[in-house]
Amino acid sequence: MAGFDVALRQEAGCPSGLAPPAPANEARADPAAFVRRDKDGHDTLELLVPGAKCAGCMRKIEGGLSALPGVSAARLNLSTARLSVAWTPGAQSADKVVEKLAELGYQASAFDPEVGKRQVDQEGRLLLRCVAVAGFAAMNIMMFSVPVWSGAGEMGPGARTLLHLFSAIVAIPCALYAGQPFFRSAWRSLKRGRTNMDVPISLAVFLTLGMSLAETLQHGEHAYFDGVVMLLFFLLVGRYLDHQLREKARAAARDVLAMQATSATRIEAGGHAVAVSARDIQIGDRLLIAAGERVPADGVVADGASEIDNSMLTGETLPVNVQAGAALHAGAVNLTRRLTMRVTARVEDSAVAQLGRLIEAGEQGRARFVRLADRAASLYAPVVHSAALLTFLGWLFGPALLRQWGLDIADVGVRAALQNAVAVLIITCPCALGLSVPAVQIVATGRLFKRGVLVKSGDALERFAQIDTIVFDKTGTLTLGKPQLISEADVPTLSAAAQLARISRHPLSRALVEAAGAGKAAEQAHEVPGEGIEGVIDGLPARLGRRTFAAPSAADAHDEHAELWFARGDNAPVRFAFADALRPDAAETIVALKQRGLAVELISGDRRSAVAEAAAAAGIDKWTATAKPAEKVQRLDALRAAGRKVLMMGDGLNDAAALAAAHASASPGTAIEASQAASDMVIQGAALAPLIEALDIAKAARARVFENIGFSVVYNFVAAPAAALGFLTPLIAALAMSGSSMTVTLNALRLNLMKEAR
Amino acid sequence: MDIMIGLIPGALLLGAIGLFAFLWSLRSGQYEDLKGAANRILIDDEDKP
Repeated sequence: MAGFDVALRQEAGCPSGLAPPAPANEARADPAAFVRRDKDGHDTLELLVPGAKCAGCMRKIEGGLSALPGVSAARLNLSTARLSVAWTPGAQSADKVVEKLAELGYQASAFDPEVGKRQVDQEGRLLLRCVAVAGFAAMNIMMFSVPVWSGAGEMGPGARTLLHLFSAIVAIPCALYAGQPFFRSAWRSLKRGRTNMDVPISLAVFLTLGMSLAETLQHGEHAYFDGVVMLLFFLLVGRYLDHQLREKARAAARDVLAMQATSATRIEAGGHAVAVSARDIQIGDRLLIAAGERVPADGVVADGASEIDNSMLTGETLPVNVQAGAALHAGAVNLTRRLTMRVTARVEDSAVAQLGRLIEAGEQGRARFVRLADRAASLYAPVVHSAALLTFLGWLFGPALLRQWGLDIADVGVRAALQNAVAVLIITCPCALGLSVPAVQIVATGRLFKRGVLVKSGDALERFAQIDTIVFDKTGTLTLGKPQLISEADVPTLSAAAQLARISRHPLSRALVEAAGAGKAAEQAHEVPGEGIEGVIDGLPARLGRRTFAAPSAADAHDEHAELWFARGDNAPVRFAFADALRPDAAETIVALKQRGLAVELISGDRRSAVAEAAAAAGIDKWTATAKPAEKVQRLDALRAAGRKVLMMGDGLNDAAALAAAHASASPGTAIEASQAASDMVIQGAALAPLIEALDIAKAARARVFENIGFSVVYNFVAAPAAALGFLTPLIAALAMSGSSMTVTLNALRLNLMKEAR
Repeated sequence: MDIMIGLIPGALLLGAIGLFAFLWSLRSGQYEDLKGAANRILIDDEDKP
């Protein structure tokens, strides 16, 4: 294994190549502010290491950090990409730890443990314990039930009672333990004077246990202990699946919050830089914004000159030049040079935070959405309760009534009446109903995940299925969000220009480098902020940049496209034109969406001409340009008022509010965190096609859910009257319950057989 | 049939052992990082003492 080890030591970043190594960060903030002292007296630091993907990363990171003096523990959680490091105070520093990680090729952001704290998922743990207990009981009780069923008629009452007693010993404690989630929820809702699905479930559990125990003690024939635990087992499985889905969405939102909390580097009075969480930023603070970093709060440039990418805020693709005194808005990205800024507004008052409030308002609106399962449940409880009550009263007073009409029927007594009423309660218990929705949603989200679509919640699928209108953002959503070289250029000129471009972070330079491919960077070159790059190539002075900088003598090309001019020695200057290209399958996707009968709109904050061009290329007839975030929300509100169910797809901060306000929303994987947090689905990769797949699967999932609910209703229509009339035996109850649960699960799995959308 | 008196508690005991093993594994955090656990077996710790 020596070769493997050498490979691990040499290469930076993930040794399996699953994530690119992090670029060497020029200014790294000291994460000392995030260090916490644990109860053993060690200093601990929680870091998010997004580049950690494989066993090699784990070995490299944990091994590399453990080798540092003073470090007592370094443990990476690969599922959450969180690293926790502990060291003896004084022997090591947070700064060194992050530096070591950067040396290994991993970018790490410190995490505020208060914000990012993964509250141990108490509810999920309890549900899992209950599933285990109910499963244990349901399996082991069969040991007693099967002999009773198969020995019916031959087994004496003594042996039967003995087996029933054993069943009771297993079932009663297990059912009381495993039923906790239902009992608590039922009690909570009863205290508020309402009923939910858990009220009939709890009632059925208690009544059935009580009735079965009474039967057993009186040497009766029928005991439903097996039915109770089986019922709880199936219901708990459904509840656990549902909880898992919600928890995944919550964890994603928490990680976004935790990441945002770290994004500021403050220059202290002594002149050294310290990382602070964004909510600790005060007015008047001097913050350091390294090239490539996002501006954390509103303010003005105090020192330095650079270019700022406002595309997340406004949808405008081209960067803006800033110098000392220029205004900076939170959410903008600093592109070329390091800046020092002075904060002029508190983070809570910044433009981003205002957008955050818009997002919140939108999400509250969405919380009013009632899930299918809940709607079914609100109908279900009263019907079941009245059916059971009617059965009881019918058996109690029915014979007397019928005798008045001249029929010769004997009274059956309270015991038989109660038995039949309980039989109705247990047979109608919503096993299949409780499993039908979560099972479908788990299968659907699992399938979409394989296609690179992350579904954030189960009800998102339900909302996706109702969509009739899609509104796209332009920059970064319909387009790739970065300029592409569109003009022709001969290879030697291109590769010469690329040598200069390689030293710059400017988006146009990056696009030029991408078009030229791999190569060397010019050695004697420097960047003039806002103008271009100046250097020497093959002994000739060369310039790449604005027309006024690189080729003042050349004529203005007079077109809308972004441009770079390249001049070398006495050669004639060359113009490179750039445009933000559509995603490769954008036009196809729009056609496919229209074929599905959906209305498609484009709404962007960019210039009219750019938006019109993109709309024409993508085949969208209805478009709006220069829309501000609030105007996007207004447009969505107008569509909603017209009775439309709108899917919003966007990526920038300027879309976040609209994403939250729409009926359903999606964002590409390159979107800013706030937008990913506000949307229901995140689509990875450059292609838009997974969006079609998501819509198709959502529709199919809704069909499966309706089938499953329909099946449960039909099943109840057959089973409930049979139970009410006294035909139910414990064997039939057990078969019906497991049979219906199996049917809905298999029906859910049918989603995996569906063909992929083209 | 007397053998039942021994067999039934025996069977229940075995089932209960399985249940407690699961509950213990849950409590000791073995489900916290499923991906990491799957990958950790690939790391050989020969250089550790």
